[in-house]
Amino acid sequence: MNRRRWLTGAVATAATAFLSACGQAGTSLAEQARRMGEGLTRRAQRLLIPREALAPTYSRAEISPDFRANGSTDPAAADYRALKAGGFADYRLVIDGLVDRPLSLSLAELRSRPAQSQITKHDCVEGWTSIGEWTGVRLETLLEEAGLKPEARYIVFHCFDALDQREDGERYYESIDLIDARHPQTILAYAMNGQTLPVPHGAPLRLRVERQLGYKHAKYIRRIEAVESFDHLGGGKGGYWEDRGYEWFAGI
Amino acid sequence: MTDTAADTPLADAETRPGGRADRALPGGRTETWRHPPLVRISHWLNVVAVVVLLMSGLNILLAHPHLYWGLRSTFADPWVNIPPLPNWALIPQGRNLAEARNWHFLFAWIFVANGLIYLAYGFLTGRFGRRIWPTGRELKGFGASVAEHARFHFPTDDHARAYNVIQKLAYAAMILIVLPMMLVTGLSMSPGFNSVGGILLEIMGGRQSARTLHFISAGLIVGFIVVHVGLVIWTGPLNNMRSMITGWFVIQPPGSTAGPKLGRKRRVDDGEAP
Repeated sequence: MNRRRWLTGAVATAATAFLSACGQAGTSLAEQARRMGEGLTRRAQRLLIPREALAPTYSRAEISPDFRANGSTDPAAADYRALKAGGFADYRLVIDGLVDRPLSLSLAELRSRPAQSQITKHDCVEGWTSIGEWTGVRLETLLEEAGLKPEARYIVFHCFDALDQREDGERYYESIDLIDARHPQTILAYAMNGQTLPVPHGAPLRLRVERQLGYKHAKYIRRIEAVESFDHLGGGKGGYWEDRGYEWFAGI
Repeated sequence: MTDTAADTPLADAETRPGGRADRALPGGRTETWRHPPLVRISHWLNVVAVVVLLMSGLNILLAHPHLYWGLRSTFADPWVNIPPLPNWALIPQGRNLAEARNWHFLFAWIFVANGLIYLAYGFLTGRFGRRIWPTGRELKGFGASVAEHARFHFPTDDHARAYNVIQKLAYAAMILIVLPMMLVTGLSMSPGFNSVGGILLEIMGGRQSARTLHFISAGLIVGFIVVHVGLVIWTGPLNNMRSMITGWFVIQPPGSTAGPKLGRKRRVDDGEAP
């Protein structure tokens, strides 16, 4: 009898907690699910995976001959088209926000810094995998040069592309935390498979953040901003796809 | 000597901690204590978690409805193309990768936590060994059990106190192989987990193989559910459901079998039966 009463009580308590969690104004059930699940996933991965643990790398023979280009494949924005027409000679990567020394770097200046190459897999949230070789400069190198202020917590990537290809369309953006930003395999890639980065894959510069799903690997980067919080950007969830219901922490 | 009737589960009921003595019912029937509360709760939690995982998993699959073997996707030459699926089979209803993933991962956590508690309970109490792990003698009776299944002829008398050998093997395979495979193959699709679990990825032959194995394991679960629910219905749906809800299972008088009585005889595969 006691057990029955305890069980009834436990079920009632759980049901009440669940319903009140679901009933919070303005949040859908799926969003509640995302918050709970993503919170557990992020904490578990950050707890169990060493900060410097490396994503698996592959041999040249394993490179995909058919590496898929997803999302934007040729941005229509006027500023991007002008840069593309000039072979990105006038391109400048801006690094600003919560840094001591804002930077504005040309591709030549980026290429003059220590280069790093890695052959890694690209895991799309849709489920497919392609393998490619990426060459670029470590993000940490640039962040050191710019000097992160102590209050900086996230690195935001502002991109040229709007998925709807409209001039006033919402442009792509992404954000990662400082653990991923400083990871030894996190690079800004200007070359793919030994060639200049092709436009469908994000020319002139894209992010490689190898322990995250594909949508975190921002393409067509125009500006990198160090922030304390991304609440004020876009829909406030830290990225274009995050604002559309995808997890900010995309480690799975 | 039968393969089941005088085995440990019979004595189990009253002598084990938390066990209960049989209760006599009218008409020569007996109530026996079959499922302790933790098993019942974890069973139904698992039902909810697995159903949500299967339906949200199908929705995720439809984001790229092609399966491959190996390290990478060979887009022009998939191993399997998945046909369009009806909305009723999906969570949420209608294709939505973002929300499907939200549900999939939340219920994956529920599935894993529930599974770990169940496994710890089953092994620490020795219950798994007593009720699910088949004995050598039972394995020798495998042929007889196949014949019993082929005739859809299942005892509901004292022989039903313990699971039959096919049932034990099916449960053990699900608990020890298929359900853990879902977790391992699922984790192997995680680029985060790959950085520490690369060896698993290599054993599976790459992320696309892991994804395909995840799908195959899910198919095995669906197959198990179909057979399991079918046999629950065939061998006494009310009694089976009642036992998984209240813990008490009714044993019919000697000689009783499940299903329509089509002039069947008492089963004679006991060998040295008295």
